[in-house]
Amino acid sequence: MNDMSRVEKTVDSKAIKIAANNVQVYYGDTHAIKDVNVEIEDKTVTAFIGPSGCGKSTFLRCLNRMNDTIDTCRVTGDILLDGEDIYDKRVDPVQLRAKVGMVFQKPNPFPKSIYDNVAYGPRIHGLAKNKAELHEIVEKSLRRGAIWDEVKDRLDAPGTGLSGGQQQRLCIARAVATEPEVLLMDEPCSALDPIATAQVEELIDELRSRYSVVIVTHSMQQAARVSQKTAFFHLGNLVEFGETGQIFTNPEDPRTESYITGRIG
Amino acid sequence: MALSWLLLILLALAVIGYFIGRSRALASAGGDARDLHSLPSYYGYNVALSALVPALGLLIVWLLAQPMIVNSTVSGMIPDGVIAEGTDRGLVLSEVRRVADGLDGAVALGAITEAQANNAEADIEALTQQLKDAGQVLTQDITKPILVAAQMYRSMTATGTVVMRILVLLVALIGAAVSYVRTNKDFRARNFVEQGVLALLLLAASIAILTTVGIVLSMFFETLNFFQLHDWKDFFFGSTWAPNFRGGSELSILPLLWGTLYISVIALLVAVPIGLFAAIYLSEYASGAVRSIAKPLLEILAGIPTIVYGLFALLTVGPALVSLFGDGGVLGVGWMASSNAVLTAGLVMGIMLIPFVSSLSDDIINAVPQSMRDGSLGLGATHSETVRQVVLPAALPGIVGAVLLAASRAIGETMIVVMAAGAIAKFSGNPFEAMTTITTRIVSQLTGDTDFASAETLVAFALGLTLFVITLGLNIFALYIVRKYREQYE
Amino acid sequence: MTDLTQAPAPAAKPKSGSLFEKDMRTKRRNAAESRFKMYGIAAIGIGLVMLTVLVTNIVTAGLGAFQQTYLELDVTLLESKLDKKGERNLDDIKKVSTFGYAPLVSAALESEVERLDIQTDLKPKKMAGILSKDALSKLRDYVISNPDEIGETVSFRFLLNSRVDGYVKGRVTRESIANDKSITAEQLDFVDQLMAAGVLYKAFNPDFIFGSDASDQRPEAAGIGVSMLGSLFMMLVVLALALPIGVAASIYLEEFAPQNRLTDIIEVNISNLAAVPSIVFGILGLAVFINYMHLPTSAPLVGGLVLTLMTLPTIIISTRASLKAVPPSIRDAALGVGASKMQAVFHHVLPLAAPGILTGTIIGLAQALGETAPLLLIGMVGFIASNPPDGIVAGFLSPNSAMPAQIYEWSKRADPAFYERAWGGIIILLVFLVTMNTIAVILRRRFERRW
Repeated sequence: MNDMSRVEKTVDSKAIKIAANNVQVYYGDTHAIKDVNVEIEDKTVTAFIGPSGCGKSTFLRCLNRMNDTIDTCRVTGDILLDGEDIYDKRVDPVQLRAKVGMVFQKPNPFPKSIYDNVAYGPRIHGLAKNKAELHEIVEKSLRRGAIWDEVKDRLDAPGTGLSGGQQQRLCIARAVATEPEVLLMDEPCSALDPIATAQVEELIDELRSRYSVVIVTHSMQQAARVSQKTAFFHLGNLVEFGETGQIFTNPEDPRTESYITGRIG
Repeated sequence: MALSWLLLILLALAVIGYFIGRSRALASAGGDARDLHSLPSYYGYNVALSALVPALGLLIVWLLAQPMIVNSTVSGMIPDGVIAEGTDRGLVLSEVRRVADGLDGAVALGAITEAQANNAEADIEALTQQLKDAGQVLTQDITKPILVAAQMYRSMTATGTVVMRILVLLVALIGAAVSYVRTNKDFRARNFVEQGVLALLLLAASIAILTTVGIVLSMFFETLNFFQLHDWKDFFFGSTWAPNFRGGSELSILPLLWGTLYISVIALLVAVPIGLFAAIYLSEYASGAVRSIAKPLLEILAGIPTIVYGLFALLTVGPALVSLFGDGGVLGVGWMASSNAVLTAGLVMGIMLIPFVSSLSDDIINAVPQSMRDGSLGLGATHSETVRQVVLPAALPGIVGAVLLAASRAIGETMIVVMAAGAIAKFSGNPFEAMTTITTRIVSQLTGDTDFASAETLVAFALGLTLFVITLGLNIFALYIVRKYREQYE
Repeated sequence: MTDLTQAPAPAAKPKSGSLFEKDMRTKRRNAAESRFKMYGIAAIGIGLVMLTVLVTNIVTAGLGAFQQTYLELDVTLLESKLDKKGERNLDDIKKVSTFGYAPLVSAALESEVERLDIQTDLKPKKMAGILSKDALSKLRDYVISNPDEIGETVSFRFLLNSRVDGYVKGRVTRESIANDKSITAEQLDFVDQLMAAGVLYKAFNPDFIFGSDASDQRPEAAGIGVSMLGSLFMMLVVLALALPIGVAASIYLEEFAPQNRLTDIIEVNISNLAAVPSIVFGILGLAVFINYMHLPTSAPLVGGLVLTLMTLPTIIISTRASLKAVPPSIRDAALGVGASKMQAVFHHVLPLAAPGILTGTIIGLAQALGETAPLLLIGMVGFIASNPPDGIVAGFLSPNSAMPAQIYEWSKRADPAFYERAWGGIIILLVFLVTMNTIAVILRRRFERRW
């Protein structure tokens, strides 16, 4: 017990990276996210779980304003990144998204070479002064994406030619290349086979040392395996948020318990 | 008129057949339709179709074949001596037909009797005069062999028509009778009728093939004729287009091709950037309301007939360009002498192609999966960076296909160039000069007084075939690219 | 909520600059973004401006054709000139040529000038020069059909010639006629005086819509009515052939065709025919229908056949789309109660697809109505459609023109007065096309079904 509390203490002491207060999201007349308050810590993997349609992906997409691309979507409340409201008028979503990277459900490499896929972000944000630096960034990112060894000999091959798991790791490397502070992952393994899933999960665990990672997942096992914090969403409400271990072993809310034991979902 | 009577009789036979077939079937089942294999009406349709379809088939085949047979027989009758220098058998044959038509017309007017018309020993001069008095058109004097051939032509055509009518009616009656006799309650009328209908449906679908075959054959044989009269090497590789109806023409496609391509390139230079940017804006930026107004408005441009664009080029754009670039024009450069110019035709054709390019590109851009855009936006790219560096490269093959289809349109477009491009065939890079195109020359060689035995007329078929091959090639290639592109994202 | 989130925690220090401050690069990128967006707006703007220019051009240049300048004149039909024998024998009356009527008109003009007290130095013959050549033949036709009125004074409304008409409409000015032999400035002064007196005026011209084409010399008398009939007969042919054949072909391809080589060939053929230049169909029509089958040149029947072949792919493509839109469950339901496949298609699928088929057919017809190029080759141009066809058979078989061909014909003539006719013809053509497309859109909206 003592050991356990010490571990919790070290987790506790981490800085708050993103804080959401009273967030509401509407799609037209539909109230998709209802009054969500959550604090996401730095250098931690936070998992959002819940049945489909519960709003976990919607909320994730609010964190880097990807919902801006949907005309009918409206967000109220505050989401603070390092204490700055990301929905403030002065904030340029482009700059925000450079800080808060995103990896999607389906691997979506661009129809370009592997190299250009990774170099895309650094190029548009002007992160490299010259070619050598760009090479360095690409290699570093591919290494962080744990795919360098597999692709280092064919950087000119199209990214679409890789296998599903490789593609997803390429997408992660691509997201890492812009030096983000937060990485959002929207069910990154749902289109992958178990082996590829295991590789990506291992990678997520490594990424924790540098970034704050938020992962939406359908699989409770995955949440238990990779995350330190877990938030359970149900019908647009954040039902419970806490230490992953606690959520899975001793949930406070009966709805969480029902979900974890498989009665709803 | 006689043909429409024949058709009416066939139709009447079919209607009668329907009713007697139906009642016979009912009678065979003792008036109880439940004992029949099929619904009573199917028995009626069976008789009606059996009467109508074979008879109509025979009629169509006969109508197509008869002229061929008569022509070859009559053509064989014309002695070689009659064929004068510089003409050929086909020309004499058309003269024969003219005389035969003249005789028909004169008989119909009552100017001469049937016996006079068929009298092989008739006094030719008197007959010619009689025909002319009756208002019949004859281009040259009738000679003895031509008269005989014309009479043969008339008699064969007349006999053929009579035989055809009898045979068609006979086939209809036999068809009706056989199916009537077969009608009884166990006959599988529905299956039979459905087989027949299926065959008709297939026939209708095959018309597409027949049309293509018709297009190719109609141009192919005349093109062969043309190459007998004119050196094919000059046509494909010569450098001058100078038709001369007294013979000795230089007929090369290259200067025409140059004009065609030049105008098409200008058209594409106008249409592709405007159409593409319009498509990008509509599919990536425009709100639903803007899109629902701007898109149909742009597409109106595609629904406007080409004659309107032709007139617009001829009467508005051409003069406007001359007042800018012409002598004493606003710019004072004096580059443009006449409103007929490559630039005029190209600009207007470009306007016409804007909606063509934009709606094709719009579809293609929309086919790029949203996940690509999300991926780019998620990395912090701006919308335009996403479009330029991710969406457009992904859509490139499809857009190339769209541009090729637009190019094929431009190359085959007729009215705008006929009215605004001019008639001078030359190799020139000056867009303010008048030039001519393949389609323009096809129109000019085939309208007015045409003589289907001269190279100057027949060249139109060779031009048409070349045009057909070029556009077909472009279309097949473009459709292939677009289909491959779509499959990639499905 | 767990108490964990309530635990106070220090906010992390931002690694890079604040989100609230845009760096230079972002500003540059945002500028590029708005530029790019502007290009798109500009492209759409250019397209819409072109459309506006085109439509404005058509309307301003063409509306004039619907009005014509007329002169009202009381003409005394002198027996001494028209029927010297006084027997009212039609053959005798017909012997007087149109020139024989010229003195009557001059005299009428002269007395009109006196009555209105107009001061002019023009000779009567010059005065009559402002009238259309059509006026004399109109007068003669009237006398021949009403011989009893010889000797009476009858009121006529004469067309004025195209220069005067152009002057009244503002197309012709005193400067522009400086080198024009057919009209003088004095005549225009005379026109002004008549106009002031109210006997010369502009009025709606029904003959443009319903009348026939006129020769090169008389643009003021030309109308589009007869070629409209030509177009009508062509469209009847297209409708009667393309609709049944197109629907039958689509049913075969969509419902019955097996996956085999033949089906592939048919499909490829249809998609390619849709993109074959229309002029090629004209060559086909000339070679097959006229040269081989000896159908009459310039006949709407031939035009209709050519346009049918051209329209078929359009109709087939839209019919197949609407057949495809009928969900398979409908077919399954019919087959489930024991209908044959043919019955399922004809009793259930086809009626449900009918609105879509109709829409496609109307759009195909509209396309065919505006098509010009193939008509040039089968002789529907260069032909003066001066008389409406007598009877329905003649409507299909006797030479005629068609609306777009008539417009092209006018555009080629030397007298610029014909250009106004051409634009006016385009207005009428576009009215037809807009009507047809509107009907198609309404049909689609009204019957559109979402499964």
